Amino acid sequence: MATTDTQNLTKPVAQPKTSKPTLSGRESQFAMTWRRFKQHQLALVSLWIVVAFYLVALLAEFFAPFDPGDYNPRYTYAPPQGIEFVFVEEDGSWTWGPYVNGYGTEIDPEAMRRIFTIDEEVRHPLGFFVESEPYMLLGIIPMSHKLFGTIEPRAPLYVIGADRLGRDQLSRLIHGTRISLSIGLVGVVLSLIFGVIIGGFSGYYGGWFDSAVQRTIEFIRSLPTIPLWLGLAAALPQNWSALQNYFAITVILSLLGWTELARVVRGRFLALRTEDFVTAAQLDGASDYRVIVRHMVPSFMSHIIAATTLAIPGMILAETALSFLGLGLQAPIVSWGTLLQEAQNIRTLASAPWLLAPGVVVVVAILAMNFLGDGLRDAADPYGK
Amino acid sequence: MLGFLVRRLIAMVLTIWAVSFVAFAIIQLPPGDYLTSYVAQLSAAGDRIDPQTIEALRERYGLGDPFIVQYFKWISGIVQGDFGDSFEWSAPVSELIWGRMGNSVLLEGLAVLVMWLVALPIGIYAAVRKYSLGDYLATVGGFIGLAIPNFLFALVLMYLWYVYFGQTLGGLYSPEMANSPWSIAKLLDFLSRAWAPILVLATAGTAQLIRVMRANLLDELSKPYVVTARSKGLPEWRVVLKYPVRVALNPLVSTIGWLLPTLVSSSVVVSAVMNLPTAGPLLLRSLTTQDMYLAGAIILLLGILTILGTLISDLILAWIDPRIRHGGM
Repeated sequence: MATTDTQNLTKPVAQPKTSKPTLSGRESQFAMTWRRFKQHQLALVSLWIVVAFYLVALLAEFFAPFDPGDYNPRYTYAPPQGIEFVFVEEDGSWTWGPYVNGYGTEIDPEAMRRIFTIDEEVRHPLGFFVESEPYMLLGIIPMSHKLFGTIEPRAPLYVIGADRLGRDQLSRLIHGTRISLSIGLVGVVLSLIFGVIIGGFSGYYGGWFDSAVQRTIEFIRSLPTIPLWLGLAAALPQNWSALQNYFAITVILSLLGWTELARVVRGRFLALRTEDFVTAAQLDGASDYRVIVRHMVPSFMSHIIAATTLAIPGMILAETALSFLGLGLQAPIVSWGTLLQEAQNIRTLASAPWLLAPGVVVVVAILAMNFLGDGLRDAADPYGK
Repeated sequence: MLGFLVRRLIAMVLTIWAVSFVAFAIIQLPPGDYLTSYVAQLSAAGDRIDPQTIEALRERYGLGDPFIVQYFKWISGIVQGDFGDSFEWSAPVSELIWGRMGNSVLLEGLAVLVMWLVALPIGIYAAVRKYSLGDYLATVGGFIGLAIPNFLFALVLMYLWYVYFGQTLGGLYSPEMANSPWSIAKLLDFLSRAWAPILVLATAGTAQLIRVMRANLLDELSKPYVVTARSKGLPEWRVVLKYPVRVALNPLVSTIGWLLPTLVSSSVVVSAVMNLPTAGPLLLRSLTTQDMYLAGAIILLLGILTILGTLISDLILAWIDPRIRHGGM
């Protein structure tokens, strides 16, 4: 058992129960992996959280009540409204149904600035599937309804507050989720391609190529990544479009991010190279390509999936940090990092703490992905332990 | 030991050379050369610049020459202690960076110290009292510590401090103390400010060290020699501390190798958030203003700092563990 790995850590949280007597040999590898995975409850819960995150990211336009760019100067730094469900009428009868209160404004006589008050008199009822401006879901499906919103159009709805331009923080957070999660995914796919090719060659052929690759990996891992990332990001041309910028950042992140995956792939190749079934395939006259793709890759696929999952949080954190520092994604793009950039000023933050909401989301997402990755890694080896 | 040292030193020189190459390649990436933008900046400010000076600068940095020649000129300057000039500050880079690098080293060193002091006892406790409440708390705390991006932690800390105490956390020295020589008063002043960045920097590393220590010690605790020691009637604290902890410490020392790069990385971000006079904010500023010799010097020095730290941890490891000292490696 690996001594320094997270496996040990997850144990006290969710000790996998000892497996039931199995029908090994009859179950497919996927079924065995899944069965082991299911015993890891924390990982199972995390799986659902991660799925929910990606669902929100995919259908951001539908989940977000507004467009991330919609602004309203009347509601600069409007505080969160809080959704109410019951209203007691003056005659004592109850009205059910979600609503938000409207805003009133007062002038703070000391600081001479506008402060918002919640106006209990004004109620804006909320509804599901309310009509909105037409938009394209997933870029192809024309839609004109949002998951929820105020029934009367143009009523203020700031469930978790507004930012300095009176933009809805919740909508921005939902759209930011799309960018941040996808950058993690795209970055990891790029790293995986580098990692599998380089690590695969390195492990399969060994020799001088292997040593060269290993030294390179050690070298890259011995460097502090943020200064290098910052340097690379600063070299991006200023006039690039948002999309170019986005892809450039993912490439930059994966330039230093492939080493871990390459290490895992190489390790598996080294372990498998001497296995009997590989030798048998080679003696059978199978080509290198066929040996690798048909015989070796399936047997360590689960390890790769686990390692990939564990690499995503790192990518997301790196993007968040770079964007936060102003050298990652740039303003019109909404990501967790660019959202947190708004929270940089402590005085602003003190009067509008809801600007930290993206931070909470980052922590939840990272935790869930770490648990999920750990669970997958433990389950990846159906014959182990 | 001597052979080990020599091999390590050779490897280190090669790595530093590679780092310098990478650092220079990065500062070469932006389109155009700095001199052109520098001259444009000066003439925009209304300054006249003597063509001879431009020519001298061009010659000094080898602008227009092939990459390798430029690199060679840059690196041979650095070997003699000349890091080039910062265009933005109109001063030699070496005048700007040493004080800030010193603060970086100080802060990171203290963070490593705090990590060890906190992680060791907790890790030992978590292993000895496996599955106890304390173990669960350490595990959960560790996971959360790892999941919070350090700049976010810094931000939340500053926010809470501002809301509850009405003061901004930030900086390392109060203005009146910044330039005075070190004294007890300055040390106290430093500690009254530095605790926050040290806490932020140490958190993630502490979480990792706790789990490494716990895992290592758990592996050792089940070995027969521990049972023997216990059956001999040694007091429990001696059984644990005298042998298994010492063995479990060795892999922990080697974690410095991967701890330092992350620590140096995060100190850049945390310093930017908390406005600390370390190399981080200077790097950020120099990168946004394309002050490339300054940026290059900082990237290079941060890299060297990491490599030196790793070398030190290797040497400590070789010193405490004869298997490594004699076993090639």
